[in-house]
This record gives sequence, C-alpha cells and structure tokens, in this order.
Amino acid sequence: MAGLTRGYLIQRILMWILTIWIGVTLTFAIPRLGGSDPTTAMVLAMMNLRGYVENANQIIESYKQSFGLNDPVYIQYIRYLGHVVRFDYGFSFARFPTAAWDIVTPALPWTLGLLSVASVLSFIIGVTIGSLMGWRRTPRWLQTILPTSLTFTSIPYFMFGIFLISIIAFKLHWLPATGGYSMSVNPGWNLPFIKDVLLHAIMPLLSIVLTSMGGWALGMRGLMIGVNNEDYFLLAQAKGLSPARIFFRYGIRNAILPALTAFALGLGALVGGSTLVEWIFAYPGTGYTLYRSIQDQDYTVIQTITNLMIVITATGVLILDLLYPLVDPRITYKRSVSS
Amino acid sequence: MSSDQKVLEVHDLSVHYFTPGGAVIAANEINLYVKAGEIVGLVGESGCGKTTVAMSILQMVSAPGRIVGGEVRIEGRDIVNLPERELRKIRWRKLALIPQGAMNSLNPVIKIKEQMEDAIIAHERTRGAALREKVLRLLNDVGLPERVYSMYPHELSGGMKQRVCIAMAVALNPAIIIADEPTSALDVVVQRVVAQTLLDVKSRLGVSMVMIGHDMGLQAQMVDRVAVMYAGNLMEVGPVESIFEQPYHPYTRLLIDAIPSTKQKKPLKVTEGLTHDLRNPPPGCCFQFRCPYVHDECRQKRPVLKEMGNDHYVACAQFN
Repeated sequence: MAGLTRGYLIQRILMWILTIWIGVTLTFAIPRLGGSDPTTAMVLAMMNLRGYVENANQIIESYKQSFGLNDPVYIQYIRYLGHVVRFDYGFSFARFPTAAWDIVTPALPWTLGLLSVASVLSFIIGVTIGSLMGWRRTPRWLQTILPTSLTFTSIPYFMFGIFLISIIAFKLHWLPATGGYSMSVNPGWNLPFIKDVLLHAIMPLLSIVLTSMGGWALGMRGLMIGVNNEDYFLLAQAKGLSPARIFFRYGIRNAILPALTAFALGLGALVGGSTLVEWIFAYPGTGYTLYRSIQDQDYTVIQTITNLMIVITATGVLILDLLYPLVDPRITYKRSVSS
Repeated sequence: MSSDQKVLEVHDLSVHYFTPGGAVIAANEINLYVKAGEIVGLVGESGCGKTTVAMSILQMVSAPGRIVGGEVRIEGRDIVNLPERELRKIRWRKLALIPQGAMNSLNPVIKIKEQMEDAIIAHERTRGAALREKVLRLLNDVGLPERVYSMYPHELSGGMKQRVCIAMAVALNPAIIIADEPTSALDVVVQRVVAQTLLDVKSRLGVSMVMIGHDMGLQAQMVDRVAVMYAGNLMEVGPVESIFEQPYHPYTRLLIDAIPSTKQKKPLKVTEGLTHDLRNPPPGCCFQFRCPYVHDECRQKRPVLKEMGNDHYVACAQFN
C-alpha cells in the first residue's frame, strides 16, 4: 500500500476549494437571475399583514441600502465571498433583526441527528437485504421473504409519512404526531426530554428508512450477483471455507465498494434534510427551515443552508478520496506504479 | 500408497444444464479414473464439457446445471449428493482446484497471506508462527519471493498469481488436484514457467491431478494419460505416448494435426463441420457431422469405449 503523498493531498484540497467556490457562486447567481426582488416581496408581505404600509418605497430603498443590494454586482459578489469564508451571511430577510445563521443553527442538530441515524440504518439494512438477495447460497425461504420487505420502496416517502401519522398517531395514539419534542418537557440533558425526542423521531425515521433502504438493497443485489460469478468467489467455495466467511470476506467485502461511494456522496444531503418529511412531521430541522425560507424568499437563510450542503458534500468526497485506499487496496496515491 | 490405487474414480457421470429450450447435455456418462501420482489430461475444444466435468468433480456445478447421474469417488468414497457440511470438509483437504482465470482467481482486496491462510485455517489447526512459516514455505516451493506474502493480487503478474494458486492448491497435500486450464490465460514464456512449477510440484509431492486443457502440445509434455472429450462424451482415453503415436479416433487425429508445425504449412482441418445442438443429440455417434469417415452405422448406433490394448480405449464404430 502506498503512503499519502503531499502532492496528492494538496491537489485534493485545491479541488475541494474549487468545488465549493463553483457551488457558492451558483447560489449567488441563481436568485439574481430569477428577477424577483426579496425586499419588495418582504414589504408586500407586510402590506398583506397590516393592509397598508406607509412609505413603502422608502422602506424598500432602506432595506436595499442595508443589504447592499444597490451596489454593483461584483462588489456584492466579493462581499458575498467574504460571507462564505466567515460562514456568516448577515441578517435574515424575512425575520430582519435575526442573523441568518441564528435561524439555521437551532435546526441543525435535529436534522443531523435524525438523518444521520436514518441514512446509516437505511444503508446497513438495505445492504444486508440486498447482499442476501444476491447471494446464491442464501436459504430459499429467506430469498422468498426478503423482497417483501422492499414493498415500501414503491411508496413515496411523504405519502408513507402521512400514512404513519394517520394510523399510528391518530388512530392508535402510540406515538406523537408531529414536532421534535413535547411542550411538557424541559429541553436539556435530562431523561424525560431525551425519551421524548426519541419518541418523536421514530415515525420520521421509519418513513425515511423503510422507503429508502430498497434502493440500497436493489443496488447491492446487483453488485452481489456480479461477485457471485467471480473466479475468486468460486475458488473461495472450492477452498471449503465457511459460508459466513465466503459471504462477508469474498462477497460483501468486494460488492460493497461502489455502494460505499454512493453513500459518501449522499452525506451532503444530510444537512439539507429531508424537506418533505420534516414538513409533514413539522420536525424542527433544516429541511423545514429551508422550506419556510424558500416560501419567504429569505435568500440569506437559503444561502446559509445550501452552502452548508455544498461544503459538507465536498468535504465528504474529500474524506472519501483520502480513505478509499483503505477499503480498496487497488487504489493508491502513487503517481507511477513501481513494483 | 500403491501406485495402482485409484484416488479419483468417475463413473457414468452425467451433467445436464436445464434451460428453457430443453436440457443441455454437457457431460454424458463420463468414466474416468486417476491413479495416485498420475496426471490425467482432459482435452477437447471449447464448449465440449471439460470445465463442466471439472466442476462436477468438485461438486460445484452451478444452476441451472445439475449432476443427473453417476458417481464421483475420492479415495473410494462417493461425494455426489454429500451434504454441504460434509463436502466442505473434503474440499481442499482431499480435492483442490487450480482455477482457470489466473487473473481473477484471487480476491483483489485481500492480501495473499490471508487468502492462503484461510484455506489452511478452515481445515487445520495450524496457527500463528507455524501458519506463517507454512505459507512462506509454500510460496518458496513455487519459486515466489517472500515479499509476495504481504502483497495484494494486483501487485503480482499473471504468472505469479497462478503460482500463488498452485501453492494454495498443494497447501493441504490433497488427494487430487483439478487444474482447469492452468496456463491458458498466460503468454507462452510464463506458460512454460507455470508448467515447470506444476511438474516440479508433482515430482516433489507426487500429487495426482486432472489437467484440463485444449493445447495438445502442452498436454503431451505434462500428462501421463490423455482423455479426449467431444460434445460431452469421452472419445478416447489412453497413455500419452500411445495416443500420440497411434491415435485411433478421427477427432483425436484432428486435434493432434492441429498442433502447429514449424516445418510445413497445412490447412487447419479441426474446424470443419458443425457440432450438433447439445439439447438433442443425434442417434448414433456424436461426432458424425464432422467425421471424415462417417458411414451408415455411425448414424444409428452409439459407439462405446473399447479397449485397444495397452490401457488405450476408443469409442468409434471403426474399431468396435
């Protein structure tokens, strides 16, 4: 195995910066191409609320002034890049005196907690089911039963969420329907609160895991079937190894590599949350925040969340690139192969 | 162990592949034996059922194929229909495989040492330093340097990989080794090295081997007896000298004629004619459509293997 060379590391980090730069530039450009004006929208919203707003034009003007929207685009862009580096996008448009970052941070732990558990669970369960489905020596009864566990895959996850709410929460009263925690508990590191949070997380978790694990399972099944026909797989069988060892060391170990890549690429989506699931369950995560800020045309909050997604995706790929030789020894950092 | 003892006996072995279009008869009542310390070559063109016979000896015919009849005896014990658990004990300990694809027979993400060790661990109590010693000695025996021990397969050349497979196959000193075209994916120079390694291993350990191949020239140098297969049937079996000096079966003659010569240019005749559909073989001899000497009797009665003396058998109406 080759050691990590400095040249490769620098190259990868430059790629990381470039990826993020292109991404954030797009989030800067897209709202400005849209042509709608967030300050006008905000004042219109105020008008709707109160019927009439005095000096509407002056308010719009002063907002534009304070957000720097009257400056030439390149000045705005340079200022924006400064925001990106400091990870502070200034005030929220919709909830003016609050900083955009302060709207996003409370939502982050909810989403990261829910989605990281959901993604990992869905990956592990999906890969296990898929591998067993693709393995030739899986007992026949198991091979018959396993595909039924993928029924939920064909249901859209938000529909499944609504279904869960109506049955489990409203009909059976087993679990709370919406929200991240009950009003009756004190947020903090105490047992009733933790228990309450976990109870609230079960249904959103189920609706994500049950509907997304099928994708991993089907992909993994195909990969596993491919490995089944590899010469080394046959040789492992001829060696008289135990079925468990063949399955794990010669089957999953090889078949999982492409699935792992896909998993790492999906990590960036964690921050964005599962918008529809969070919206259905009124879960206080970033997906819900993103949904609200799109409705409010709250650009700074949208930018905070999307840029966070960009950074995390790019970082996930960077880490994957650096760690991949550990799982696949055929990939080395060396430029030229010497034996 | 007396040299006459048969370590492998195959009796009337038939393997069919059950396809939607009917059963493909890939091996039809094959009879074969290997004596201790002997190499038997199994030759024939692509698709004639060589590998099917090898896989059925190993009890590894994969669906939709199935052994529909016959026996495979290892040291006298029939292993067809043996439960998986029992088979696992026999595999590698009694019955090892040198696989066909040298390039892909080793797991690319596991080190050589682990792949050699797990075969040993599965059947023996050798552990720790003794295990390491054993693997290093095996590598040394096939002429590989010690550093191969902790390398990955992609760091080795094709010939080195095949030698790792040979070292692995002899690790437990099995009663019989099935070598499925051990040299076919290699260039001629490396073929020579691998063939030499095999002969070396044979003379040192006295292993018995079934060597599958389609290269008559290579077979002539390596094996003690040759079995010629065509379309799932055995056509001729005999000691290698006898087969090359006096080939009886027209197909064997075609195969031997196909060995290229440096002295004269000759047309390749072995490709003339078409093989029948293996799903419904014609009555009579299976070689009738390609045989230059075909006559009426061949289209009616299937010839059986008949001894021509000197342990040399042929299945052809001319000699029945």
